[in-house]
Amino acid sequence: MEAGTPQLVKLEELRVPGQLSGRKHILSILVENKPGVLARIAGLFSRRGFNIDTLAVGPTDDPSVSRITLTLDGAVHPIDQVTKQLHKLVNVLKIRDMEPEETVAREMAMFKVSSAVENRAEIIQFAEIFRAKIVDVSRRSMTIEVTGSADKIEAFERMIRPHGLIEMVRTGEIAIARGSD
Amino acid sequence: MQSLKAEGVEHVFGIPGGANLPTYDALVDADFRHIQVRHEQGGGHAAEGYAKASGRVGVAFATSGPGATNLVTAIADAMLDSVPTVFITGQVRTELIGTDGFQEADILGATLPFVKHSFQATDPRQIPEYVHEAFHVASTGRPGPVLLDVPQDLSRADIDYAPRTEPVELAGYKPPHGGNIKQIRIAAKAIANARRPILYSGGGVINANASEELRELAAADRFPITSTLMGLGAYPASGEQWLGMLGMHGTRAANYAMDEADLIVAIGARFDDRITGKLSEFAPHAKFIHIDVDPAEISKNVPAHIPIVGDAKLVLPELTREYRALQTDASRLDEWWQQIKAWQDKYPLGYEQGKDGEIKPQFMVEAMHRATGGDAIITSDVGQHQMWAAQYYGFDKPRRWINSGGLGTMGFGLPAAVGAKVACPDDAVVCLAGDGSLIMNCQELATCVSQEIPVKVFLMNNGYMGMVRQWQELFWDRRYSSVEMGPSPDWVKLAEAFGATGLRCEDSGELEQTMAEALETDGPVLLDVRVSPEENCFPMIPAGAAARDMVG
Ligand SMILES: Cc1ncc(C[n+]2csc(CCOP(=O)(O)OP(=O)(O)O)c2C)c(N)n1
Ligand SMILES: [Mg+2]
Repeated sequence: MEAGTPQLVKLEELRVPGQLSGRKHILSILVENKPGVLARIAGLFSRRGFNIDTLAVGPTDDPSVSRITLTLDGAVHPIDQVTKQLHKLVNVLKIRDMEPEETVAREMAMFKVSSAVENRAEIIQFAEIFRAKIVDVSRRSMTIEVTGSADKIEAFERMIRPHGLIEMVRTGEIAIARGSD
Repeated sequence: MQSLKAEGVEHVFGIPGGANLPTYDALVDADFRHIQVRHEQGGGHAAEGYAKASGRVGVAFATSGPGATNLVTAIADAMLDSVPTVFITGQVRTELIGTDGFQEADILGATLPFVKHSFQATDPRQIPEYVHEAFHVASTGRPGPVLLDVPQDLSRADIDYAPRTEPVELAGYKPPHGGNIKQIRIAAKAIANARRPILYSGGGVINANASEELRELAAADRFPITSTLMGLGAYPASGEQWLGMLGMHGTRAANYAMDEADLIVAIGARFDDRITGKLSEFAPHAKFIHIDVDPAEISKNVPAHIPIVGDAKLVLPELTREYRALQTDASRLDEWWQQIKAWQDKYPLGYEQGKDGEIKPQFMVEAMHRATGGDAIITSDVGQHQMWAAQYYGFDKPRRWINSGGLGTMGFGLPAAVGAKVACPDDAVVCLAGDGSLIMNCQELATCVSQEIPVKVFLMNNGYMGMVRQWQELFWDRRYSSVEMGPSPDWVKLAEAFGATGLRCEDSGELEQTMAEALETDGPVLLDVRVSPEENCFPMIPAGAAARDMVG
């Protein structure tokens, strides 16, 4: 008899694991760097009704492999089902559902804000607090680059919006596991 | 060509055109048979019928643009029914791709949602490599369609072909084999502890060639067994433990047993809505063991308590062995069987016999069974006739029942029969056609005649798109809308126009005899059987209702 399994498995005691985690998930997906791979992934998500919150694609240290980092809401999607469907794509090599505590996640955003002379100082001050960089200045506007977690970027947005946000652009999060493995 | 040959391909179905001229030129000297069909959709379904009847990979060719788009329905069909198929399409020359060139269609893009995988060659040297990969992906794990799109300039190039010596390895594709033995042990113990267990088997068991293994599991303890439309024949319909098909047009015994079961063992089945009906009321008392080669099917629709990912052919013998080792007391199932027998006695499948020679459709299926000795390969279209065949033919063997279950494609039956007959020339192949469906691909009669493929078409002619008529009658206040077939073709004359034999039968007393005559006649035959026009297919679970609410 297998250690740990009771002599008889009682039906009443069988449980299914919960399907929804209720939190944000970051999936780090290694894919073959081939034409059409992104279309397959995007198509799978739309077809199955999975909503992607952010998506970032870029090369890895291996030119034949790209990394797709995407975030989605585990309160509405059974993440397990999402990863299993992704695994069925032949070009998908590896999927990692990043553990929040063991992950460093970063996103970059650029904010173009209108900056009349009188509020310039205040905007620069905000930027300093957020360790953001001013990357472009014109007579009427300033462009600020912020890097950090999605939360930090959203906090910065809330601060800056009342000052006349003209445009913003975000990259979507990328993530890497902490530690040495 | 050489790579196809190396894959053991003996038959290909297709139609040539500009973009695949080089391929067709090579066919002249190739030593496998090309069956020239009359419509690419027919070629696609023929490849499916070939694969379903034989378990080998079915192959279809089409040219670019319209040739390729004509394949789309068959590709989607093969995806939903997990049919191992390889579709090879011609494409415009590389330099024309993306320019809306003549007969350019982005077939790769169009079929992305319903291929298991697809390739577009960008270098002629990739072609043999992709062919091998395509066959590997199509035929392993959960089978499915693979598309290979080849621009004309590449198929034209001369390359050196070195036969492949190593097995195909794809970094991102690792189909599972045997299941986890710990899970299998837990499953065996759960079954041993169940008082109202039921085996629910699906098309996956047939795909896995695991019918024998299924029968052995069922025999381990008189487990009641039911199956989906796609799984018929894996367990014999004449077997003692057989409850009949389950689902929308399943038997009451099967559906009620699912409803009251305490443990459901799903094997190669996917809890599709035609099985579960209203999901929230499906099998309310049951725990689930789910055995499937595709991990994504597990807990997709119904959460599994004991998931087992693996090939049924390997998992089932282990499960049987583990279960037998537990030496359970079979009498614990007595009460359950009493209950099931009571349902079977109270609600047998049945219909009112026709009077004055009227041919009831159910009678027609029973006559087919007698005329063929119950041992023909039966292909079917989609509609009432399909459900009646599933209910009344009584399939005792796997790969004898070939139909379009997932996509429900009208016009599937005749081309699928063409493919099945090519795959199994020594078996009788009968297409049970619907009059609405047959006309959708009746051009393939020309294929049967010109390529000497002697399939027999038994047309269940009710003058209606009967299944839709039934729904309009039952659920739409008899507001009939576009369901009458009107002055249908004279089917006998149509058959004769194609050069086939046409027969007609309007009298139940002569039916079996006429069928026998059709089976004995050389060459393709179309037998037009005039059945009761307004018979309904019962019992049924209305769409979205629960098993308990079966009607008819
Ligand atoms: C290609 C396609 N178009 C439409 C349908 C919808 N449909 C399902 S059954 C049916 C009627 C089929 O009529 P027939 O072939 O005469 O079969 P019967 O139900 O009369 O036996 C229709 C139109 C379908 N399944 N497939
Ligand atoms: Mg009809």
